[in-house]
Amino acid sequence: MSLNSPYLRKPTSVSRVMAEVLLAMAPGIAVYAWFFGAGILVQLALATAAALAFEAAFLHMRGRPIKPALADLSAVVTAWLIALSFPSIGPWWLIVVATGFAIIVAKHLYGGLGQNPFNPAMVAYAVMIVAFPALMSQWPGAGQLDASAQLELIFGGARDIDAITAATPLDALRTGLRAEGAGVASLLDGAAFGHIAARGWEWVTAAFLLGGVYLLARRIITWHIPVAFLGTLALLATLASLLAPQAYPGALFSLFSGAAMLGAFFILTDPVSGATTPRGKLIYAAGAALITWIIRHFGAFPDGVAFATLLMNLCVPLIDMKTQPAVFGHKKKG
Amino acid sequence: MDLQHLREIARAGIWKNNTGLVQLLGLCPILAVSTNLINGVSLGIATAVVMAISGGVVAALRNLIPYEIRIPVFILIIASLVTVLDLAFNAYLHSLYLVLGIFVPLIVTNCIVLARVEAFAAKNGALSSAVDGFAMGAGLVWLLALLGGARELIGTGHILNGIDMIIPGAEPLRILPADYPGFLVAILPPGAFIALALLIAGKSWLDARAARKAAQSPKDPAALAST
Repeated sequence: MSLNSPYLRKPTSVSRVMAEVLLAMAPGIAVYAWFFGAGILVQLALATAAALAFEAAFLHMRGRPIKPALADLSAVVTAWLIALSFPSIGPWWLIVVATGFAIIVAKHLYGGLGQNPFNPAMVAYAVMIVAFPALMSQWPGAGQLDASAQLELIFGGARDIDAITAATPLDALRTGLRAEGAGVASLLDGAAFGHIAARGWEWVTAAFLLGGVYLLARRIITWHIPVAFLGTLALLATLASLLAPQAYPGALFSLFSGAAMLGAFFILTDPVSGATTPRGKLIYAAGAALITWIIRHFGAFPDGVAFATLLMNLCVPLIDMKTQPAVFGHKKKG
Repeated sequence: MDLQHLREIARAGIWKNNTGLVQLLGLCPILAVSTNLINGVSLGIATAVVMAISGGVVAALRNLIPYEIRIPVFILIIASLVTVLDLAFNAYLHSLYLVLGIFVPLIVTNCIVLARVEAFAAKNGALSSAVDGFAMGAGLVWLLALLGGARELIGTGHILNGIDMIIPGAEPLRILPADYPGFLVAILPPGAFIALALLIAGKSWLDARAARKAAQSPKDPAALAST
């Protein structure tokens, strides 16, 4: 409470930022659970518990204070991003091993919070999709499995999986285009697809967009990364679908499919592994969009956001170095 | 040439100055071939044999080799040994020869072989040099065994895949339960880097712990000497 000048703002703490990020993910999670069942909630709980346990164990081994690091909620954000990018009916150990990899290898072995060059959640995703490609591409369709069937899949032993799951919409579109020679328009009429993108998923991604706008309004993130990422992705999709409308879906489909919204607002904006200068953020996000688009249409993985993030994380030191803004009052070096 | 000296050379090769863990030399074959225990140990033994013989031969001839062209001469000696070994693998362990492929001939260019010849054998006696080559090779063998075994176990759930290439009819040993899904990344190239990094960290940790213990009990003269 300050009635006289100077009007100092309370410094933003890590835990407040992380709490806002978690809050912003909540609508997306709610819509996800509504359309696809309670499996995602179980996965979120598993990932959170595992992340906190691994974090505490590793802080103890490193001889660091445990309580402040657990309370900063950064491990929980990592856990939630992992749960949201993994299939909601994966076996329990999949998400626990992934979270362990993210916290131990991708975060603490590089020096802990603030030191990791790669987004831990995306490292976990990349490792698990390379190690278990089949388990990582089994997603439930909207309203396809009830809660008990999902729990059975998460905690049960044997999985007769092909009978009950569908490929992700991005996968379905790509294999459909490659195999049957059918056009985008006829494929999008199929049962798995809704108004603008995949049935169910379009609403989940729209809810993530809402959460992202909340983060922008609260000034947790700046506009650069989401706008550059979504803009580049939309531009590429529009150009491709104008040139070959039967082979490439349009901009709306691209923006509301897969992890595009989650990536634009929650993954690429990670302040540790992402670019930090304003111009750097634009380059970083545009590059990630280009790689995402290429992997989606010419690659073999369900989505390209994770690999695009990791590849652009690798470029961040160079981008940040080359885009240092001039200090006020100084001329920019030619 | 006293025994204590030779023991010191052997200790350096196997632990203190380990090729893979401390000098970080010859990483290309270490990372590429350590996908399982049999491949790793086979290439390790082949390299150790070449290192022991080349060390002894170069040390014996070191006063006859002109200094300016020593490297080509060293390579010539190493290459002849590797060729003998390569033909022997092809003749007696043909299926293993097919698996190890290019990595046996490539022992010629393995920097660790030339490094020991240049850094040690060219300046020391034949016996010390042979012991040094063998100890360095032995250090490589246990490292490759550990790395290959760990990657194989984590990646597939059993070890000694391909044992039938050496003992016909022998079966791989299943360690983890049959429904273990296999953590494929361990066998893929990233697994090699991660596993090697963890082993290097493990060695540093063991050394630091030994140093700490030695500092706590200064009465023990042997421990004092080793720090």
